Amino acid sequence: MIRVVLPLHLQTLAGCDREVTVAVGGEVTQQSVLDALESAYPMLRGTVREHVTLARRPRVRFYAGGLDLTHEPPDAPLPRSVAEGSEPFMIVGAISGG
Amino acid sequence: MTAIRVLVGTRKGAFILTSDEGRKKWSVSGPHFAGWEIYHVKGSPVDPDRIYASQTSSWFGQVIQRSDDGGKTWFQPGSPEGETNGGDGMPQGESNKFVYDTSEATGKPLSTHQWYDGTQHPWEFARVWHLEPSLDDPDVCYAGVEDAALFVTRNGGVTWEELAGLRGHESAPNWAPGAGGMCLHTIVLDPKNRERIFCAISASGTFRSEDGGKTWAPINQGLHSDYIPDPTAEVGHCVHRIAIHPSNPDTLFMQKHWDVMRSDDGGDSWREVSGNLPSDFGFPIAVHAHEPETIYVVPIESDSLHYPPEGKLRVYRSRSGGEDWEALTDGLPQEHCYVNVLRDAMAVDTADPCGVYFGTTGGQVYASRDSGDRWEPIVRDLPAVLSVEVQTIQ
Repeated sequence: MIRVVLPLHLQTLAGCDREVTVAVGGEVTQQSVLDALESAYPMLRGTVREHVTLARRPRVRFYAGGLDLTHEPPDAPLPRSVAEGSEPFMIVGAISGG
Repeated sequence: MTAIRVLVGTRKGAFILTSDEGRKKWSVSGPHFAGWEIYHVKGSPVDPDRIYASQTSSWFGQVIQRSDDGGKTWFQPGSPEGETNGGDGMPQGESNKFVYDTSEATGKPLSTHQWYDGTQHPWEFARVWHLEPSLDDPDVCYAGVEDAALFVTRNGGVTWEELAGLRGHESAPNWAPGAGGMCLHTIVLDPKNRERIFCAISASGTFRSEDGGKTWAPINQGLHSDYIPDPTAEVGHCVHRIAIHPSNPDTLFMQKHWDVMRSDDGGDSWREVSGNLPSDFGFPIAVHAHEPETIYVVPIESDSLHYPPEGKLRVYRSRSGGEDWEALTDGLPQEHCYVNVLRDAMAVDTADPCGVYFGTTGGQVYASRDSGDRWEPIVRDLPAVLSVEVQTIQ
């Protein structure tokens, strides 16, 4: 199972805890993790990625294992620690003002 | 027995205030959707327990919420509980999807509008500013969005489609954003002519449709705006709010960026009725529930100073449809008050005597149960108030 950490606003929207787990079949990438997240929590569709283009929303960032993965290609493999479930994939609202 | 329900949208959630017809003792529920900006909450005129809410975030996008029990519980109509996947295996979440219509059927491609610096900028969806439920069908609701366009749902908010004739109007490349963005913030449905819809856009002006929203025409003749290159241009005016009385929908009242205006011919022409107001800048305008010529505004010092003149929070009432205004101050702070009252943050109930309500950026919601003569805060210290709507429930 893949661990995913959500920001507070998305926790309240999905009615879930800070960390959720999702099942990903095949390669573990940003795209496959987000597909699995949106499948489990459809109310999150359009909040992390744009509805139509599936592009990352401009003020959302991705981290895992101490690395900034925000600008990695969506289909690039995520770190082994995320795929093995020892580290969470973190979805973070960019800090920009108060 | 009559009950009053006040729906309040704030920067950090929604609140619902309820009272009996006496309007003396209020209960408060909320925050609903804590932490999210709630631009607007409005109930259906034909089913008061059906309420739509616009929940939005610059970070995480747009969410439409719906309640079918008067705000006790909420759900996203495009993501019903227990139905986590659509037929194609992909998640639903359709109620949050606002996509400009670029189909061949409408022939309205994704076009451009004027940007702050005068260059052209493509339409980009940001949020829903205003929700206007149908006068007849609780499953039909209109949504005014930023960048300016009009959407409609015909299935209770499950899906939304653009009425692309408005954005496709030939004047659209000349529309420009106001300080708050290029938003369609006001939708007025004519109760005597179901095909007629009015809307207002900052900073473009007022538009009217006579065919249920398919085609539109600007109706800004008589507006004068010194802050645009051609002060009497067909479009480009920063209209802040328009309002009608249901018994007389050919008369429209307008609070413009500067100037309070009225039209007595369905918007074909406008004349200024600012009269003796201490400032004719402001955001909301409202009409008394039982007196079609009694209107309310909240003067604000200027477009640079978004607070009341002299630090005195005063509602101004005209019983003559404009020109002659009286200050209503009883119960309102008359010193050191520097809050703003935003365009969707004033409403009336239909009890007798009429109740008038408004919310401030300081988090107070003030109410008058005697048409504005006396005021009191029915809740205070909420997050900044973005919108106030009132339901009178029999």
